[in-house]
Amino acid sequence: MTLLKAIKMSGGYGGADILKNCTIEVDRGEIVVIVGPNGAGKSTAMKAIFGMIELHNGSIQMDGVEISKIAPQQRVRHGMAFVPQSNNVFHSLTVEENLEMGAFLRRDNLTESINEVFKLFPVLQEKRQQMAGELSGGQRQQLAFGRALMTNPTLLMLDEPTAGVSPNVMDELFNRILEIKETHIAILIVEQNARQALSIADRGYVLVNGENRHTGSGKMLLANSQVRRSFLGG
Amino acid sequence: MEYLVDLANAFLWMFNFLILPALTYGSTLALGALGVTLIFGILRFAHFAHGDMMAFGAMISLIGVELLNRFGYFSYPIPAGLLFLPIAMILTVLLALVLDQTVYKYYRRVKSPPVVFVMASIGVMFLLNGLTRLIKGPELSVFNAQQTFSVESINVSSLIKQLGERAVRIKTDFSTKEDIVQVTEPEFIFFTVREFKAATGFAEGFGLDLIQVTTFVSAVVIFLGLYFFLKRTRTGKAMRAYSDNEELALLSGIDPQRVVFFTWTIAGCLAAVAGTMYGLDKGYKPFTYFQMLLPIFAATIVGGIGHPQGAIIGGYLIAFSEIVITANYKKVANYLLPEQLEVVGNLQLLGTEYKFSVSFLILVIVLLFRPTGIFRGKVF
Repeated sequence: MTLLKAIKMSGGYGGADILKNCTIEVDRGEIVVIVGPNGAGKSTAMKAIFGMIELHNGSIQMDGVEISKIAPQQRVRHGMAFVPQSNNVFHSLTVEENLEMGAFLRRDNLTESINEVFKLFPVLQEKRQQMAGELSGGQRQQLAFGRALMTNPTLLMLDEPTAGVSPNVMDELFNRILEIKETHIAILIVEQNARQALSIADRGYVLVNGENRHTGSGKMLLANSQVRRSFLGG
Repeated sequence: MEYLVDLANAFLWMFNFLILPALTYGSTLALGALGVTLIFGILRFAHFAHGDMMAFGAMISLIGVELLNRFGYFSYPIPAGLLFLPIAMILTVLLALVLDQTVYKYYRRVKSPPVVFVMASIGVMFLLNGLTRLIKGPELSVFNAQQTFSVESINVSSLIKQLGERAVRIKTDFSTKEDIVQVTEPEFIFFTVREFKAATGFAEGFGLDLIQVTTFVSAVVIFLGLYFFLKRTRTGKAMRAYSDNEELALLSGIDPQRVVFFTWTIAGCLAAVAGTMYGLDKGYKPFTYFQMLLPIFAATIVGGIGHPQGAIIGGYLIAFSEIVITANYKKVANYLLPEQLEVVGNLQLLGTEYKFSVSFLILVIVLLFRPTGIFRGKVF
């Protein structure tokens, strides 16, 4: 059952198109990874799906509803949640306040959602009264995931979640992502660290120059000699 | 024993001439600086029209008081300025919102750099400068100006009952040969310096009036209220979040219009309160409010621009520095030094006319050695 259907997206930041007929689909509860060389339009594709970039062509559907014309905030109501690559927490707010702000659009009681986030990321519960700016890189990333999860999304989008963290923390973050998946949330990830990302992915897209180059299950792409030679370093 | 009395006298002199005035003046500076810091933290520009916005608020209170007095009503013992403060707050907030819609909103939409906002706010400053002078004029006016009535139009005995005998005077007008009543509304005073001296037997003393007390108390209440609002309420947290990271605030569904609306509402209220309090204490004159921009910005920057706590501490710091550096310590010295070392002339570091140079100096020192102010780091 397809959750997200982003079909034949074309567009960019004004000027030449960065995305050319790019298609990304995500099924319910699966992990989908977008990999590719630098400048391939991976992050651009994700931003386009969330509505931060205007497309002149293509359609984006969530659960069968066309959302390509509405603002990012409105897409949150359709079950999307986006974690930007950098500056993805409110540094001067406490951990708990960050989570509350993540659920700003919700008017119901947040305690349950906050407790669920604490269950997924126990370290956040310990530091709930601390300023987010005082957290380590990995903890901050977990808080950014938690903030996004507060809207009860069906699709969590992570833009290079492991950029700039140490290899240990990277393993930890990938484990957390797998745990999020257990709660039946679909996850779309843009990753530099292609090998590790594809190893936890159900499916992957290899983008080159804003176009789909290879598509398949994570295992298949890892096994594909062409993909390995071009993007995974042999 | 005698030395202890001298010490007490020196302290009482300082309490009367340094601490009390600095607390009152510092409260108004802190209230002004809070508004500036809030606008900087959220709208990200230095609001140069803030002094004149304070003047506007004070002017509204003053006009209210004058109207009330002209009809023969006096609010004593409550300072009449306080009575009209709610109206002044509402009108100042309306002014701020109208200015935002007509001036700043456009620059936000076209995403102008901060310096354009600053220039626009200087334009608004001149506009308000003109507006207050057009409505109320540039002269100094006090909140308890003398009022004249004809004897028939007013109930003299009830006025005397309310205001005391010294406030009401009956005279004969030279030209018309008719009896007129002159009324000057007194300030409510808890005790005067003279009464303090008589009661305690000290050579020095201090007086306390209602305006000093209300200024300080209302400032503290506002500080606590604002702190509670920013820390505990949904809207307050959203304002902090927006100030911290605008992009992420938008992604979280925080409505920027609402944040901007609340920022101007709070800043307008703060400006009206600060302006009215200052006017009650020192009289209303539009130019003095314009001059207050310097100490207010000094207070904002000393505290760390964008930090509410910093603005409060900065406000009192600037007020104390100005008053401590320009005070004449002759009396203190003569109480504390042995008789042989008596100070005959003045003992003053700087004339009071140079008090603005103190805030300037502090501003320069802070910018040179600790440009982030007392509170480092991100806004709020």
